[in-house]
Amino acid sequence: MEKFEVLQSTAVPLPQENIDTDQIIPARFLKATSRQGFGENLFRDWRYDSNGDRKEDFVLNNARYKGQILLAGKNFGCGSSREHAAWAIYDAGFKVVISSSFADIFRGNALNNGLLPLEVSAEVLERLFAQVAQDPQTLLIVDLKGQVLRVPVWEEAFAFDIDAYKKECMLNGYDDIDFLVNQKEAIEAYEKTKPWEY
Amino acid sequence: MAKTLVDKVWDAHVVRSVPGGLDVFYIDKHLIHEVTSPQAFEELEARGLPLYRREQIVATADHNVPTKNQHLPIQEPLSRSQVDKLTENCAKYSIELFGLGHQNQGIVHVIGPELGITQPGMTIVCGDSHTSTHGAFGAIAFGIGTSQVTQVMASQCLLLSRPKKMRITIDGQLQRGVSAKDLVLHIIAALGTGGATGYFVEYAGSAIRSLSMEGRMTICNMSIEMGARGGMIAPDEITFAYMKGRPYAPEGAKWEQAVAYWNTLFSDEDAVFDVEFKFKAETIAPMITYGTNPGMGMALDASIPTNVAPGEAASFESSLKYMGFQRGERLLGKEISYVFIGSCTNSRIEDLRVVAEYVKGKQKAAHVEAIVVPGSKQVETQAKAEGIDKILAAAGFELREPGCSACLAMNEDKIPAGAYCVSTSNRNFEGRQGPGARTLLASPLVAAITAVEGRIVDITQYLN
Repeated sequence: MEKFEVLQSTAVPLPQENIDTDQIIPARFLKATSRQGFGENLFRDWRYDSNGDRKEDFVLNNARYKGQILLAGKNFGCGSSREHAAWAIYDAGFKVVISSSFADIFRGNALNNGLLPLEVSAEVLERLFAQVAQDPQTLLIVDLKGQVLRVPVWEEAFAFDIDAYKKECMLNGYDDIDFLVNQKEAIEAYEKTKPWEY
Repeated sequence: MAKTLVDKVWDAHVVRSVPGGLDVFYIDKHLIHEVTSPQAFEELEARGLPLYRREQIVATADHNVPTKNQHLPIQEPLSRSQVDKLTENCAKYSIELFGLGHQNQGIVHVIGPELGITQPGMTIVCGDSHTSTHGAFGAIAFGIGTSQVTQVMASQCLLLSRPKKMRITIDGQLQRGVSAKDLVLHIIAALGTGGATGYFVEYAGSAIRSLSMEGRMTICNMSIEMGARGGMIAPDEITFAYMKGRPYAPEGAKWEQAVAYWNTLFSDEDAVFDVEFKFKAETIAPMITYGTNPGMGMALDASIPTNVAPGEAASFESSLKYMGFQRGERLLGKEISYVFIGSCTNSRIEDLRVVAEYVKGKQKAAHVEAIVVPGSKQVETQAKAEGIDKILAAAGFELREPGCSACLAMNEDKIPAGAYCVSTSNRNFEGRQGPGARTLLASPLVAAITAVEGRIVDITQYLN
């Protein structure tokens, strides 16, 4: 996993609520047996029509908007547990998704892949959508160490929550496997006490 | 101290708590399938890690398998490659595999319970969000991503925060023609598609207690559709009667010992939940969804809302546009061209019996294509033993071989763009059943009646 410290970027706005993982990466693209290459099918059916032609009105096809931050409506990533959704977003060049809420499994998958799910209030999200629509060049600064989202043009900063352990993992590029494998002694000891194995 | 059901099972699986609030959480059973496991095996190998507890893993092929001619090699090269990869990985690591053609093959959430692998008080994970199904037995069961699949392979554990607790109590008696599916669609419509995010939900009350295990599985299965981390129902005599004698269930003295433990798995009277909701079973009608998330559901004879919940305007508008519906419109009389009966939500023998009982001696509408995909080889075999295959065939329904099928359309079973499909599955997301497909979620009974009538009808007039 890549380390994440500070990111300064413009944002790509997707002002829609309840974006499910079937939209992020449709099931028919889940047939690969490796993790690479999902980015080209990110939001496939919103980006391309049935002939494979680009839908010009979709934000990822709009040259006005660029950046490594995806700005999306509430309950982002609901539905399927497919980690391919996080892989696709990351593979397409995003490092942060900002929303007012995330589905639980998506949040975990994102964190396990160095993609930061950054939660702001519904009000701040609305303001960000308006700001980015008005000026797509608006820079946002995500400071993970300080747990703060800075919006220089407003001269404002918004604190965000992240689990302390997960924060350390992202800052250092660690993931849970190393940690869990190192718990082997405790796990083996626990297994000897299992009361429910019949 | 009084404890909730989820806390009792949770506490029994904490290996240790890590400063900062996470638990090293032990997993009893790990179910794997062809779509979300290949990258996990690859990762395990890339890191040079051994598989820690192979005997606690069970594998099956379900997501992208064809539902016709399963005895022949899979035609579609990418699907075949994933299924082959699973077979190869299972052979390499000596993991028990119920592959295509095996008598135990089927949708992972159908076979776990039917084989007795799923047991009360267990922790069960799978790289599939509908793992919540197994909570119907009083297990903590939830879907995980592929990185977590690797973690469980390497350590039999996950690092998790303890969930918040929600209880949903449904008292009373369901009306005629109203099933577990209607009940859960009603709850999701009330709470919204993200309404239980962050919570483990316990379902309680007399309406839940009187449901069969199949019905309880349907309820827990769809917990994820309101964002819940999982759903749970305390085990009882109905649970034990369902489990007894199943191939992987304990036997003899071990059975007695198990039941004694399982009988301790309920929320104590004074247990405190973070949030509670109550519903009356009598107020619940047969349901249908009109939009592109499972929270957009209503009674069959109701009208699509004209007022949208605050903060849902953008997705509401795009949903209706996708579905070709208007605000305030009723769906009664809408012509439907596809009916899909299947998926981990409603493909069990009880679901097929409901369909067969209704369609016996009737005929599907000429313009409707109706397919029935059993959840497992065992369900298929049982259906044939009961003559359900003949009843369905006579009524013009096609009984296929088991798999996830048109629920997510990873195989050939797709609904064409623009077509309406009444489906017993769990998700009506855009393109879920094929690019451009329009899905209306409903119960097996509603699906059966729709197939016969060829349009959406008020089913209460069709019940004897």
